[in-house]
Amino acid sequence: MRPLEQLARDAEALAAGDAVGEVARQMQICNACRYCEGFCAVFQAMTRRLAFPAGDAHYLANLCHSCGACLHACQYAPPHEFAVDVPRAMARVRLRTYADYAWPRAFGVFYERSGLAASLALAFGLALFLVIALAMHGRLWHEPAAGAFYAVFPHNLMVGLFAPVFLFACAALGVGVARFWRGQSPGAATGEAMREAAGNALSLRYLDGGHGEGCNDEDDRFTLRRRRFHHFTFYGFLLCFAATSVATVYHYAFGWQAPYALTSLPVLLGTAGGIGLLIGPAGLWRLHARRHPLHDDPAHKGMDRALVALLFFTSATGLALLAWRETGAMALLLAVHLGFVMALFLTLPYGKFAHGVYRAAALLKWSIERRQPSRLQLGPE
Amino acid sequence: MSPSSATDTDVLVIGGGNAALCAALTAREAGASVLMLESAPRDWRGGNSVHTRNLRCMHDAPQDVLTDAYPEEEFWQDLLKVTGGQTDEALARLVIRSSSTCREWMKRHGVRFQPSLSGTLHLSRTNAFFMGGGKALVNAYYRSAESAGVAIRYATPVDALEIADGAFVAARAGGERFAARTCVVASGGFESNREWLREAWGRNERGEWPADNFVVRGTRYNMGVVLRDLIAKGADAVGDPTQSHCVAVDARAPLYDGGICTRVDCVSLGVMVNRDGERFYDEGEDFWPKRYAIWGRLVAMQPDQIGHAIIDAKAIGRFMPPVFPGEQAATLQELARKLRLPEAAFMKTISEYNAACRVGTFDHAVLDDCRTEGLAPPKTHWARPIETPPFSGYALKPGITFTYLGVKVDRHAAVRFAGRPSGNLFAAGEVMAGNVLGKGYTAGVGMTIGTAFGRIAGASAAQAAHGAFDAAA
Ligand SMILES: Cc1cc2nc3c(=O)[nH]c(=O)nc-3n(C[C@H](O)[C@H](O)[C@H](O)COP(=O)(O)OP(=O)(O)OC[C@H]3O[C@@H](n4cnc5c(N)ncnc54)[C@H](O)[C@@H]3O)c2cc1C
Ligand code: SF4
Ligand code: SF4
Repeated sequence: MRPLEQLARDAEALAAGDAVGEVARQMQICNACRYCEGFCAVFQAMTRRLAFPAGDAHYLANLCHSCGACLHACQYAPPHEFAVDVPRAMARVRLRTYADYAWPRAFGVFYERSGLAASLALAFGLALFLVIALAMHGRLWHEPAAGAFYAVFPHNLMVGLFAPVFLFACAALGVGVARFWRGQSPGAATGEAMREAAGNALSLRYLDGGHGEGCNDEDDRFTLRRRRFHHFTFYGFLLCFAATSVATVYHYAFGWQAPYALTSLPVLLGTAGGIGLLIGPAGLWRLHARRHPLHDDPAHKGMDRALVALLFFTSATGLALLAWRETGAMALLLAVHLGFVMALFLTLPYGKFAHGVYRAAALLKWSIERRQPSRLQLGPE
Repeated sequence: MSPSSATDTDVLVIGGGNAALCAALTAREAGASVLMLESAPRDWRGGNSVHTRNLRCMHDAPQDVLTDAYPEEEFWQDLLKVTGGQTDEALARLVIRSSSTCREWMKRHGVRFQPSLSGTLHLSRTNAFFMGGGKALVNAYYRSAESAGVAIRYATPVDALEIADGAFVAARAGGERFAARTCVVASGGFESNREWLREAWGRNERGEWPADNFVVRGTRYNMGVVLRDLIAKGADAVGDPTQSHCVAVDARAPLYDGGICTRVDCVSLGVMVNRDGERFYDEGEDFWPKRYAIWGRLVAMQPDQIGHAIIDAKAIGRFMPPVFPGEQAATLQELARKLRLPEAAFMKTISEYNAACRVGTFDHAVLDDCRTEGLAPPKTHWARPIETPPFSGYALKPGITFTYLGVKVDRHAAVRFAGRPSGNLFAAGEVMAGNVLGKGYTAGVGMTIGTAFGRIAGASAAQAAHGAFDAAA
């Protein structure tokens, strides 16, 4: 057993070293060229460095969102022997970032395995489990129940199931990002830097391509599709989260129990968010399927698609539950929806969702770093 | 034979770089049907233009990415200085003036600009940088050309032109014949043609063929086939056939397409020695951007066409990071061994240099007062002893950027045969840059010439195709 484990760990370290070494190799070429400086922060951060050890490679990789601009613009891109493909090299390191900084460390392997099939299987499995549990208690089909969710699953049971999973996800991502921060620490964050980084994250500033025309999809043409669909996804998620938060306040602070009226704040927020989470993920899926093959790391594919698929189905099942909550199918719909929510939460810290957290941290690092004077004194060249 | 009866193509453009694209787009805008023949396959399209980063622009007030002002007269004086007078003032001023307005046109076709790159502050006034560099520019032009209906054929190198009485009839590529009412030649110089370079550089007193040791900084597709054919068929030539722009690049650079990143910018911070471990030129004569272009020729004149730039730890972080790491060593002796230099001679050179250094106040941003005394050749600025380990060395060899030989044109970009302008054959870009830039170079002027004359040639060709071109006008 032991040698095998050792072997696996060695292979992993080798893969990590390779990915990081490849970024260092490409960044050395870019640093002697610099033509892409206007596209994004990666190249501006690069010019402040002469070497790219692991911590710096992880930092730069998470500043990159593999938009493809620098690949199409690169005179050293394949078939050139320098084979510069920054978006792919960075994507490979990002996968290592998530895995290497994961907490608990052993769970890092999930990133490589959190494919589409596994995530959907988990979701359907959980849904099926809940459905069977209900059926065994004879509660699956019922008289139209006017949305009495807690008659199906008691409130305390739901809290007891979801709160720990949610808290665990927060802890896992929190520890990971703290490790990431220490890997290459830019110094203390000022209020100004934090405001700027938050603004950059919330506006997806770098998805404008540096010229306002966006990212590359299938070829060297720029479009704003990715930025828009990402906005739908991100703000859809936030709205759903807000809906849940408001509902929690209603429940505990005011003692108002679900179901809430269609015109109530939680339902309005949730519906708007749910629609965002249909449009956004569907759009991202489509863009992903048509993307230029060199933009991304093939190993990412499963992870990328798993998250958008889970978000889409979580939203779809949630909206279905809202639509038919007054009917006899409510319990069934609730069970299926909860299965998807649970799968989403379980995979949250070990899937593409990590990208949001690490990227936000990288943007903050950049906002801190760029306010400091450069340590290099490159003369007139 | 009347060319117009044989074809549906108004304008045939030969080439696929900046000048060709500017010509094709302009001709198409004027309503002409356009066919472009690019020698390279699609992956390698765009010639040397994909390696560029900026163009030089006249402007009377600050613009988006350009600071301050760069008036016509100053641009002209700069050009006059670098060419030593080997320029045509009327054509040069035409180019300069057109550079003040061309950027709006470029933007309409999708080219985007960015502020001068870090490390190139000295160009922020005079040069507008392309966002993403020349390949992004070329991509934008190709997208625009495709959507405007320009027909594009890749992997179609033209072998010869059919010319009758100074008029273009057709171009031949492989077994194919492309007839057209008019033609724009924008096929670059002959810098990729190693045989021709060998011939042009000749044999030196040591019996070496220096050009055999050169690398080509740009495309491998500028073989000069059409240029040679045109001159053979009576087109008037311009520019010194033996000259080329040549810089010192890392000796590990690939044979073609090493581009900008293979430059090594530490020469003025240390010393340069040849194969025999001896210095051969003042490394501190002037700022590096003003001097880097002479080192190609200087190295080309050394035995084996090789030079070694030697620096110590004091220089690290003070020059643009090079693409390949240098050889590093804790002692100078070890460095000599690693660079395969004769140890004794090398140590003698360095200790003599170190002893001759008169260090004042080191400042790489000005022509400072650190210099050598009683040393031949001297180092007149930034001279500091090479004594702080670790020491680094970079082997350099000559890298050819472009050649100067071209065809003579007039202000309509018409090719001339025995002094008479052709009525339907035009030239743009490097293939005629020698009219304006007979020798020397100043950053960004190649793209300025190609953009100006590309657009002129495209407009002339479209006019000629519609029977509205007056060569004498
Ligand atoms: C590394 C490097 C950096 C440079 N940087 C700058 C810079 O920053 N700014 C600047 O102004 N200039 C720069 N230059 C110079 C600049 O590249 C040229 O002045 C400019 O690109 C010339 O444009 P062109 O269209 O005439 O030639 P090219 O862009 O070289 O295009 C020639 C085209 O003709 C095609 N062709 C050749 N022969 C044939 C044939 N027989 N049939 C069909 N097609 C043919 C080629 O494939 C190519 O597509 C640089 C050059 C190099 C090498
Ligand atoms: S991606 Fe290519 S063009 Fe862009 S900076 Fe890097 S080497 Fe230069
Ligand atoms: S792929 Fe896009 S985000 Fe990533 S480094 Fe290149 S330009 Fe920047």
